[in-house]
Amino acid sequence: MIIFQTFLLAAMLVAAICAAAFRDLMNAVIACALVSLTASIIFYFLQAPDVAMAEATIGAGLTTGIFIFAIRRTARQEEDEKSS
Amino acid sequence: MRKALSLVVLLVLALGLASALRGPSIGAEANRGELLDDQKVNFGRRYNSRAVEETGASNVVASVLVTYRGLDTLGEVTVLFIAALGLAVLLHTGRDRKSGKEAEPPSLILFTGCRFVFPLILLFGAYIFVHGHLTPGGGFQGGAVVASGFLLIYLGCRGRQPDRERLNVVESLSGVAFVVIGLIGLAVGGSFLLNFLPKGSPYALLSAGIIPVVYVLIGFKVGCELGGIVGDLSGARR
Amino acid sequence: MSFLADYVHYVGSFGLVLIGLYIVLVKSNLIKVIIGINLIDTGVNLFLVSVGYIRMGTAPIFSEAEAAGRQMVDPVPQALVLTAIVIGVSVVALALSVAIRLYEHYGTLDLGKIRELKW
Repeated sequence: MIIFQTFLLAAMLVAAICAAAFRDLMNAVIACALVSLTASIIFYFLQAPDVAMAEATIGAGLTTGIFIFAIRRTARQEEDEKSS
Repeated sequence: MRKALSLVVLLVLALGLASALRGPSIGAEANRGELLDDQKVNFGRRYNSRAVEETGASNVVASVLVTYRGLDTLGEVTVLFIAALGLAVLLHTGRDRKSGKEAEPPSLILFTGCRFVFPLILLFGAYIFVHGHLTPGGGFQGGAVVASGFLLIYLGCRGRQPDRERLNVVESLSGVAFVVIGLIGLAVGGSFLLNFLPKGSPYALLSAGIIPVVYVLIGFKVGCELGGIVGDLSGARR
Repeated sequence: MSFLADYVHYVGSFGLVLIGLYIVLVKSNLIKVIIGINLIDTGVNLFLVSVGYIRMGTAPIFSEAEAAGRQMVDPVPQALVLTAIVIGVSVVALALSVAIRLYEHYGTLDLGKIRELKW
C-alpha cells in the first residue's frame, strides 16, 4: 500500500511541475485539478474520508470552475512571454 | 536574475524542511500519546474516547467541528461571507460594461440534461449534510456539492439563471440562524454554542443535539454562498 | 525502503509547497501566481493531515459493525484542514475577482507591465 501512495505522491509532484511549466493557462488549470484529485485520494489512504470528500468537491470541482470562468473573462488563453 | 535568486531561496528552504526528516516518522509511536489524563494530554485521543457519550455523534470530526471547536466554524463561515461580499462588490461596481462576445444559446440536449440532473445533485448534497453526524460528510461537503449543481446550471443553461435574490435571502437567514442557535445555547446553559438539544441514541438520525441542525444550516449557507460566487464570476447579470 | 514508508508524505507535501512557492516567485502572469497560491494551500493541507496519521489506525467514525479494536487517527487535524480547504477556495475566488478587475483596467495580466504602468 505504501508503494501505491508513493506512486500517487510522485504523480502529484509531476502534475504540479506541469502546472508550473505549461504556457497555456487552461492546461495549467487542468494540471492543478489533477493535483487536487491525487491529494484527495491520498487523504483517503491517510484515513480521512471527510477531508477527501471536501478536497474532491471543492479543490477539483469548484476551484477549477472558478479558474475557467476567470480565464474566460480575462480573454487570455496564452501566457505572455516570460519576463524573469 | 530573479529566477536564480528564487532558486537559491528555495534551496535554503528545502534544506531547512529536510531537517524534519529526522523527526518522528509518519504514524509513529510519538503520535499515540501514552497517558490520557495527567501528564501528556493528547487531544486527539481525548476526543476519540469521549465524543460519543459527550455529544452523541458517531462522526468524531463532526463533533469536533461543531461542539469542541465551534467558534472556529463560526469564524470560517464569517471568512467565507467576507470573501463573497468582497467579490460581489468588486465585480458589480465600476462602469457598466457591454459584453461584446455573446455566446450562442445552448443546445436543447444540454439545456434539458442540465435541468434534469440539477435536482438530483441538490438531493445528493442534502443527503450528505443531513447525515453529517453519522457518516463521512457534513455541512461543508454537502454545501460544496450543492454549489457544484449551481455551477452546472451556470455552465449549461445560459438562458435561465438561478434567482439571486432568493439565494441571498437563504444564505443570510442560514447565517443568522447559526448565530441564534449559539445565543440560545448561551441563554440556556451559559456558554456560546452549547449542545442543548437532547443527545438521543447513537447511530440514529435525530441524535447528537445541535449537530445535525447546525450542519443543515451550514450546508445551506455554504451551498448558496459558493453558488453565488460562481454566478458572480461567470458574469451573469443580476 | 523504510525511508519510503517513514517520510514519503512529508517529502510530497514539502515538494508541493516548494513548487507553489517557485511559481509565486518567478512567474509573471497573475493567474499563474494564483495557481501557485492554490498549490501552496494544498501542500500545507496534505502535511497537516499526514501529521495526524497513526500507523494501522482507522478513520475517526464509529460504526455499528466495527468492534473498535484498532485505534483511531487524530480527528483534530482533519477538522482544521476542512476549515482550511474552504478558506483556500474563498481566497482564490477573491484573488481572481481582483485579477479580472485589473485586466479590465490595464488590459494586461503581466505583473511586470502593471508595475511599470503605476509610475
